This record gives sequence, C-alpha cells and structure tokens, in this order.
Amino acid sequence: MPDNATIGELLARQGISRRALLKYATYLASIMALPPAASVAMADALAKSHRQSVIWLSFQECTGCTESLTRSFSPNLEDIIFNLISLDYHETLQAASGEAAEAARLSAMKANKGKYVVVVDGSVSTLDGGIYSTNAGKTNLQVLKETAEDALAIISVGTCAAFGGIPHARPNPTGAVAVSDIITNKPIINISGCPPIPEAIAGTIAYLVTLGKIPELDHLGRPKSFFGESIHDRCYRRPFYDKGLFAKSFDDEGARNGWCLYEVGCKGPVTYNACATVKWNGGVSFPIQSGHGCLGCSEPNFWDKGGFYKPLPASTGENGTIVAGALVAGAAVGAASAALSRSRKNAAKEKQP
Amino acid sequence: MTLLDFARGPALSFAYAVFVFGVAWRLVSLLLLPRNKELSQAKPGAPSVFSAAVLGFVRHLWPQKAYLRGTLFATLNGYVFHLGLAIIVFGLAQHILVFQSLFGINWPNLPSSLISVAAVVTLASLVVALVRRLTSPVLRLISTGNDYIAWFVTTLPVITGLLAVSHLGAPYETLLAIHILSIALLLIVFPFGKLMHAFLVFLTRTGTGIFYARRGAEI
Repeated sequence: MPDNATIGELLARQGISRRALLKYATYLASIMALPPAASVAMADALAKSHRQSVIWLSFQECTGCTESLTRSFSPNLEDIIFNLISLDYHETLQAASGEAAEAARLSAMKANKGKYVVVVDGSVSTLDGGIYSTNAGKTNLQVLKETAEDALAIISVGTCAAFGGIPHARPNPTGAVAVSDIITNKPIINISGCPPIPEAIAGTIAYLVTLGKIPELDHLGRPKSFFGESIHDRCYRRPFYDKGLFAKSFDDEGARNGWCLYEVGCKGPVTYNACATVKWNGGVSFPIQSGHGCLGCSEPNFWDKGGFYKPLPASTGENGTIVAGALVAGAAVGAASAALSRSRKNAAKEKQP
Repeated sequence: MTLLDFARGPALSFAYAVFVFGVAWRLVSLLLLPRNKELSQAKPGAPSVFSAAVLGFVRHLWPQKAYLRGTLFATLNGYVFHLGLAIIVFGLAQHILVFQSLFGINWPNLPSSLISVAAVVTLASLVVALVRRLTSPVLRLISTGNDYIAWFVTTLPVITGLLAVSHLGAPYETLLAIHILSIALLLIVFPFGKLMHAFLVFLTRTGTGIFYARRGAEI
C-alpha cells in the first residue's frame, strides 16, 4: 500500500463508496457529539488526508488497553489501522521484532517529523533513572522523551499513561508517573480507563486524524465527548438512587431488583466516563448493568481510594486507633482537670478558720 | 490528593479524634468534679433518685404553663429543627452508611424525597431561629459568639447536604467533599461550644429534677 495515497484513494481502491464514507463519518461525529455538519467536513477531510503516522509505545502496562482497542466495533481496529492511520510501531500488533521493529519506529519518526502522533499505554518508571521498565536496551523514560520530541501530539491511552494508574498505586515501587508528568511541551489527550472504552480510543484517534485538531478536553485532559458526564448522571439505575432504593449486598432483594449499587461501593457519582452511554462490547452492557458497582477506573488514584466496596460517604482512614487514642487522652485530661479542681477545693477548705 | 480524598481521609479522621477527645475531656472532668455533700433531709414521700431524674427530664420537655406564652414559638421551632436533624442524620441511606462504617450497625433508610423535605423544613426552621435571635432584643442581648458559631456549624451541613443530594452548583465529588468537610467542622467545634448540650442536657435536666424532687418542689 503506497504511503503517499490519500485515505479517499485507498478506500476507493477497496470499493468503499463516498456514501459509505459519509455514513462512517456521521457515526464518528455522533459518537463524539459533534454537530451534523461536521460529518461532511470529516468525510471530506478523511478523503483528502494521508494516513496519519502513529507510533504506539507500551510501557508499564498489561496490554489491556490494546486488548480493549481490538474490541472496538465502530470504528473497528481494522478500519483504523488499515484506513485511518499508518500504525508504524506497536510491539503487540506489528509483525516485525527486535532491531527491525526499533528501526521502524526511528524511520517513522524521521519521515514524519513533527507530524506523527504518539500513543502511549502504561505508566513511566522514573525511580533510579527508570531502570524498572526497559525495552530494546532503553528505559521507557528515554524512549518517551526521544519519541515525543518531534511528535505532533500525544494520546495517553489508559489510566496508567494518563494518571499513573496501578503502577502508581501505593507504594509505587518503580516511581511510576503519568506521561504528562514527563512531557510538558506537547498537546496531550488523556483517554483514561482501565481499560478505556474502545470507542473512546478509536473515536479520539479518528477525530484527531480527520479534523486535525485536539478535541475539547476536561480539566484532566480527557475528551469531553466521552468524559463530560459522570456515570451516575447517565446511569439507568439513577432513579433508584433518587428514591433511596439501594442494594445492601450483591445477593439481596435490592440487587435482584436492580436497585442502585451506591451502598456496595459504586463510584459512579465521582467517575467521569461514557460506560453508561456507549457501554462495552458493542453496546451490550457495562459493569453496573452486570450487577457490579463502578470502580472509578477512569479517575486518578482509583486504586488508593479506600477500597472498591467502601461506600462513598464512609471515611477512608483507619480511625480505630486514632479515635481510641483520642478517647484515652480526653479522659485523662478530664480526670486531671477534675483532680486539679479537687485539690484547689481542699486547699481552700484548709485555709478556712 | 483530591478534595474528596482529603475530606474522606485525613479531615474526617482528625475531626473524629477531636470530637472524641473533646467530649471525653468535658464529660470526665464534669463527672469527676467534687460535688457538695447533700446536707438536707429528703422530704418525706420524695421520689427515688432515678424517678426524680426521669421526671425532671420529662417535665422539661415542655415549658410550664406560666411561661408558655412567651416560649411556645421557640419551643415548637426548636422541636422542628431537632427532629428534622434527627430524621436527616439517621434516616438518609448515605448517612446510615457512615454509621455502619464506624459501628458496624445499620437500619432501614427513609425515602430520599422525604429526607429532602425534612432538610428544607429544617433549614427554614434554623433560619427562623436565627432571625428570632437577631430580632428579639432580649435574646440578642444575651447571645454570644458561641451561639452564632453553633448555629453556623449546624446549618452549614444542612445546606451543603441539600446541594450534594440535588447535585446543584458544582460536580458531585466537590459537593460531597464540601459536605463532609462541613461535618468535620461541626465535629471539631461540637465539644467546645454550646453544641455540647446534646450530651449535657441529660445531666442538667436530670440533675435539676433530683435537686428539686428531694426538696419537694414542683418544677
């Protein structure tokens, strides 16, 4: 497949009509809540643009984010990597390995200097120079800095790349940090989640390629089209919350009736993601629909928020010792002040004639 | 650390510790204070200490007829916001979760809509109490900063709680954090001001009952 062909030419060669392209662009536009007119602009831009060079870097991660992307239904992975982008480096998906793989990354960086997009999944180890995660003789830290240098933009896929994620959880033995803690001079889009919703990854990449700009982001750098609303606000179980009808355990009447899972630790009210609307596996379901509370996986430090099954209003601290200590100390101070008062009274009595 | 993490973690732990320390300090120091020996003879037919204590407490639940005219409104309003606060604190599912996490016990919750109504009525009643304090010349004269602080730290959680439940003005996590922080403030202030009456009312009213019953005085 010649690299200089436009996406429109490539699609035409595969027998994909402009009508089909428009339909596809309309879907993309609607999933990202763009105005209807945007779909035509997107289709035109798509047809005229060259495939976007993408370098995908995997650091301290579990490959769950890539696994998630492979389950994207619309646009699906094949659509993306064969039609939208030129995936020039991806350790899991590329055929090449060893020196040849590294050479592919370096040549893509050279050929598309200042124009390629870097996708990162996984956090970056920084402790002891980042030696706890290396690849091809280089630390992740080195590879990130080197690759980001001439990148157009960076997409941090998954909570690990976006916020540090599980490697960043206490006690964080590798000094794991988010991509945005290292790279500060490039536009960064965070698509958090553990893993992120495949449509959120694919949709954001498609947006960037077709419109050539960064989508509107929230205060944590996440596209508002996917992370603009809380799970709770769009949850189909929300009416039960409003009525005060809660499941008290995973096997009680409330759970069987599909009542709100707030009491069994659901973090939906403080979690921003599109799970309740876009859902998973092509819109089949999402965790709450399957009977489990939201873990809050698209939020920073979700692993260290006091436990998945601890309800939101409950204190996250271990209060037993501190409260017992306070009780003993308070009683001791009280007893001492009473004793002082007693001794004063006795002294006053002795003074009396 | 987000504001909510701070509120649910260190802020609540600190507030619980201060609350328990302060309440223990004040109660122990008060109960261990040297008391004057009772030198009077108990009037014949005086009730037992226990009955006198209970009667004294029950008698004070409603003003004497002679004072009723001047105190009826304040008494009724006091009942409204005290009962309202009790309904909110012990009836809302989210609050029961806090008690469950602290003491391991729970009970059935009231419907959220009922709690919302109770909260609005409570808030109105608290506002009325403040207006009365500010407009009544006598009450205003005898009010100190302590009274206004007690009113403020009690009213703030009602307002922040209403906002949190109705998701008004800010994202839920911010509203919840502010609500929890307002509770932390209440707990910290509680033992050192007039809010301590929640514990001391049982000592003062029963004590008064015992004192007067022994002397055969009707209260």
